[in-house]
Amino acid sequence: MSAAGEKDYQASPSPRLAPGAGRVVGQRVTRLEDAPLVRGDGMFAADVSFPRQLAMRVVRSPIAHGRLLSIDTAAARALPGVHAVWTAADVADIPPIPFRATKVRGLEPYCQPILAAGRVRYAGEPLAVVFADDAYLAEDAADLVVPDIEELPPVLDATAEPAEFLPGHSTEPTVVRKEYGDVAAAFRDAHAIVELALSVGRHSGVPLETRGAIARYDASRDLLELHGAAKKQHWNRDEIARLLGRPPAGVHLFEGHVGGGFGVRGELYPEDLLVCLAALRLRRPVKWIEDRREHMVATNHSRQQHHRIRAAVDGQGRLLAIDDVFFHDQGGYVRTHGARVVDLAAGMLPGPYRLPAYRVAGHFRLTNKTPAATYRAPGRFETTFVRERVMDAIAARLGLDRVEVRRRNLVTPAEMPHARPLDTLGTAVVLDSGDYPGLLDTALDRFGWTALQADLARRRGAGECVGAGIGFFVEKSGLGPSDGVRIAVDKTGGVELISGAASVGQGVETVLAQICAEALGIDYRRVRVVRGRTDRIEFGNGAHASRVTVMSGSATYRAALAVRAMALETAAGLLQAAASELSIVDGHVVRLADPGAPLMPLGEVARHMGPDSALMVGRTPGLSAERWFHSAHMTYPYGVHLAVVRIDRGTGEVRVERYLVANDIGRAINPMLVEGQLAGGFVQGLGGALFEEFRYDETGQPLSTTFADYLIPTLAEVPPLDLIVSEQAPSPLNPLGVKGAGEGGTNGVGAAIASAVDDALRRPGAVVSLPILPRTVHALLRT
Amino acid sequence: MHDVTLCLNGDVHRIRVEARRTLLDAIREDCGATGTHAGCEHGVCGACTVLLDGEPVRSCLMFAVQADGRELRTVEGLAKDGVLHKLQQSFIDHHALQCGYCTPGFLMLAAGLIEADPDLSDAALIDGLSANLCRCTGYANIVAAVRAVLGRAPS
Repeated sequence: MSAAGEKDYQASPSPRLAPGAGRVVGQRVTRLEDAPLVRGDGMFAADVSFPRQLAMRVVRSPIAHGRLLSIDTAAARALPGVHAVWTAADVADIPPIPFRATKVRGLEPYCQPILAAGRVRYAGEPLAVVFADDAYLAEDAADLVVPDIEELPPVLDATAEPAEFLPGHSTEPTVVRKEYGDVAAAFRDAHAIVELALSVGRHSGVPLETRGAIARYDASRDLLELHGAAKKQHWNRDEIARLLGRPPAGVHLFEGHVGGGFGVRGELYPEDLLVCLAALRLRRPVKWIEDRREHMVATNHSRQQHHRIRAAVDGQGRLLAIDDVFFHDQGGYVRTHGARVVDLAAGMLPGPYRLPAYRVAGHFRLTNKTPAATYRAPGRFETTFVRERVMDAIAARLGLDRVEVRRRNLVTPAEMPHARPLDTLGTAVVLDSGDYPGLLDTALDRFGWTALQADLARRRGAGECVGAGIGFFVEKSGLGPSDGVRIAVDKTGGVELISGAASVGQGVETVLAQICAEALGIDYRRVRVVRGRTDRIEFGNGAHASRVTVMSGSATYRAALAVRAMALETAAGLLQAAASELSIVDGHVVRLADPGAPLMPLGEVARHMGPDSALMVGRTPGLSAERWFHSAHMTYPYGVHLAVVRIDRGTGEVRVERYLVANDIGRAINPMLVEGQLAGGFVQGLGGALFEEFRYDETGQPLSTTFADYLIPTLAEVPPLDLIVSEQAPSPLNPLGVKGAGEGGTNGVGAAIASAVDDALRRPGAVVSLPILPRTVHALLRT
Repeated sequence: MHDVTLCLNGDVHRIRVEARRTLLDAIREDCGATGTHAGCEHGVCGACTVLLDGEPVRSCLMFAVQADGRELRTVEGLAKDGVLHKLQQSFIDHHALQCGYCTPGFLMLAAGLIEADPDLSDAALIDGLSANLCRCTGYANIVAAVRAVLGRAPS
């Protein structure tokens, strides 16, 4: 049993991909995903339909907090075309929605039931569901469902004293604490202490496609299918199976096209379970498509935090300690992420700086708002804003230049890898590689920072209100523990790559195909990437936390190398050559000595490895391999954001005139896609910095439920953007040297724009909250 | 119920709809052309943009009965004989899409703008394209893609 088909090449560590651009890796190739999308041939959730399907409509609480006394469904049930109306009593056998692995205990009482029972905890909470022949009718029927709710005072301020959630449980399920070093001594001996109170507003991913879920039960095979899945299909499959009392193999999830994820989509929500349960009970396919107003009150919010932070510094502005207490406004329930955002905020706050002592207490608090979870750069957009505000405050206090105070504190290349006595997401924080001062210099040069200061001074002299700002950030990516990829070559030379990853629209297929093609020696367009399906691969960790290129990319590289070795070994026998004398170029086996002369197409090698081939007798057939990549540590991309803003003195409007994002990601598999991630991420960050906010009135009524109230940046708000995709610090933690590129564009925007607004106002520390709204700036201009 | 005739990408669809049925739902559900997407259903995001007698309109804000007998073009009508429309190809070449959900709306918006005025100024182009929302790309590549079709270099 030592033949190629079964040999385990996994035993030997895979070599690292050579630095620099390869034949396909590092090239700006066009995306495999695009053709169907530009033709209108995409298959998004709403495009999935099955014969005899019913439409589901959710009846949502109009009240932020109250006792649910009764729900009158009689009129809705009586409407012709309505098949069922369910309230909590009808789904009492279904447990609440769980959260994923977290070290934080005691969160179970705060999990969300799929339909409210006894209490309503936010406006928009599902109270009942209607199933009808079509979506219009279901909406009509939902209007006839009348809940009787006795209003209770809502909790809307996460900084107020905790209230009672349930008897015996307060609205503060946990406080995430981390600490190292002698914080008290540092503050005692400090040359200066700066102290700030800073807030980040409630905003979120808000993808252009709302959520959708379509379930059908195939009784002939006893198989439940959920379409419209995304992000975490295997974990969701396992949980749906468990909650519905089915074996996991009897439930399959299917991800089609996904209209943006950004953290919020693909978590397990009440609607996902409700359509599955209904498909099983009603024995008809059930389709639910969220409308936009629902999305704004039902899909995860994010970001809202208030920090009270103190920093101790020496006479040169070097950090001695940071002591931060923050309050995280979680909303009505703990959802699938548990306390993850609080943990990330606490673990990532120190960012790029040397920090001898640190203490943080993150108060995880429930309020009567839509539940919150992750949004692109979760916990980092917030804490980069907070930390960089502190750095600006230190500069102001000590009379130092803002850039200089950062330079004095940045971890240097000589200190890499830099282990902090901290953990986040259950992994030790070890900054794996980087040249932070080097990238800072590169970015400042490219932006013309020095000349810019003189130009801004001249413009201010002419009466303009203009300023420049800076934010330095550290991201995290490549969360383990593992991902696997199976690659198989068919007898036409076509390649199928089956991955446990998911795609939320960011270009996963193209990137994995490029890595596969580079290692295997084929055209990337011959690779068909399968993702987001539980029926094709047993395990998967999905797409989140900027992990796919690191984890699934590395698994792809290993699997492709294994397939290549198998192919060369088989070809060597057929060609009576040594495998070491052969290579694969453009999908053909060649001699290294004569790479221009194709000897045998890869498909031919695959044919010789088929189940009917005499070569394979006694062996597992197939030119295919499955390989895994495991990682115990995350990898840490980093970068700099620089901004120039102009303030309209009449209206207080902040216009960003130009912007730069510099991000070191170790290696760009496709620089065009990396730039796309940074540009799109930047505009989302711009929204959070200046425009987007979920507002509530004093009774907990949501005020931002349309795109006329919740302001997503349009083209008109987007400044010229310069991008530096740096590859100076490859990660030592994976064979590709990659770090994730999904979140660096967003991370530092709040920080850099706040810094620039301060500078324009000539008032260090003026900005204390995001978003920076015209009315706030207008007031600052007049005080 | 109302009998409505929609002329969609040159094909005639005779459908029977309630007066309240949106043009968007009629195109997607009754005509089966799911390339046009619902983004907000209140006329802000433009994901549902189609050309009605050559003019970009938001199909979520119209009723199907209002389009009775009129010429509609959707993203499915852009490619001819299997060859992509120059806007479609340019969107691919310029990485002007990521998730692709807003893309059909942007393509139809751009097609309407360019057909109405092939000499469209840059300012008018940016003003026109700022009518639609994209959450992935940051817009610059969309502008570059349309400018390339207008024969202009990237700004």
